[in-house]
Amino acid sequence: MNETLQAAVQSLQERFQARLSEFRGEISLLVPPEHNVEAAQALRDEFQFEMLLDETAVDYWPQTEPRFHVVAHMYSFIHNTVIELRFPVDGNAPELRSLVTVYPNANWKEREIWDLFGIRFNGHPDLRRIVMPYEWEGHPLRKDYPLGYEEVQFSFNKEQVDRHKRYGKR
Amino acid sequence: MGINQKNGEMGVVTTKLEDLVNWARTGSMWPMLFGLACCAIEMMGAQASNYDLSRFGMELNRASPRQSDLMIVAGRVSRKMAPVVRQLYDQMPDPKWVIAMGDCASCGGVFNNYAVVQGVDEVVPVDVYVAGCPPRPEGLIHGIVTLHEKVKKEKFKDWASK
Repeated sequence: MNETLQAAVQSLQERFQARLSEFRGEISLLVPPEHNVEAAQALRDEFQFEMLLDETAVDYWPQTEPRFHVVAHMYSFIHNTVIELRFPVDGNAPELRSLVTVYPNANWKEREIWDLFGIRFNGHPDLRRIVMPYEWEGHPLRKDYPLGYEEVQFSFNKEQVDRHKRYGKR
Repeated sequence: MGINQKNGEMGVVTTKLEDLVNWARTGSMWPMLFGLACCAIEMMGAQASNYDLSRFGMELNRASPRQSDLMIVAGRVSRKMAPVVRQLYDQMPDPKWVIAMGDCASCGGVFNNYAVVQGVDEVVPVDVYVAGCPPRPEGLIHGIVTLHEKVKKEKFKDWASK
């Protein structure tokens, strides 16, 4: 860990009760979700992490409580370092404040998280679905979302499957 | 014909209206320039010089559904894309035909899940299914020739519904 990263990690640990974990030199900070915007603001303004590389989410259901982690990677051009922030979010009506005020490119990434995981971002300017059709029900990347298997048509059950298969008309 | 063809004395050819129209339709079918996934690469390969689809009267792909009468669905159709495919089909003038190219367009292929339409025949009526993942250009050409055979057998009384 270099000096900039050391300072940033220390500052976040003191101010926001962040928990540090390190794996093969990759720094990850578990920040309480109520401080997410302040933590990102501090990283951008005080430690020159100008760029949001990625913002995504992970569903740890059913092993871990709370269920979701919203993950954000920030990059600093000057120091050539990456830092990862994780915000644990509860599975019951999950919501979080939006990072758009700090990093404008979080807009589409948060739309994607909302679309696929159903995590609401408060203060987001345009929280619509981005990948799935607008009228879609459910959030497909959740672990409890059914995969939607359709029965495969073989010669022995061809008629049986044919009966409830829809066919397009002219 | 021989010598008559050279001196211009072609004489008279009698044929059925059905045969004449179907011959014209098969001889100048215009596919729509529309690729969805990796199958589209093979479709391009079929049109390029090695396989040369224009041997079968398909000189050019039209980039507009208004000017085309053959839709080659090349690739998997996601649920979000399905209304678009249907709209393109509706915009094509009659008579029109559809080829489902590849396993994904025919039956969903390896993508048996919520996001992909299990066979494009749920959305548009398909005339010929081409198997393969992706089918080689020979496979697509065989599908097109099969469609030509089908079109040649079409009857006058069926044209009204076309």
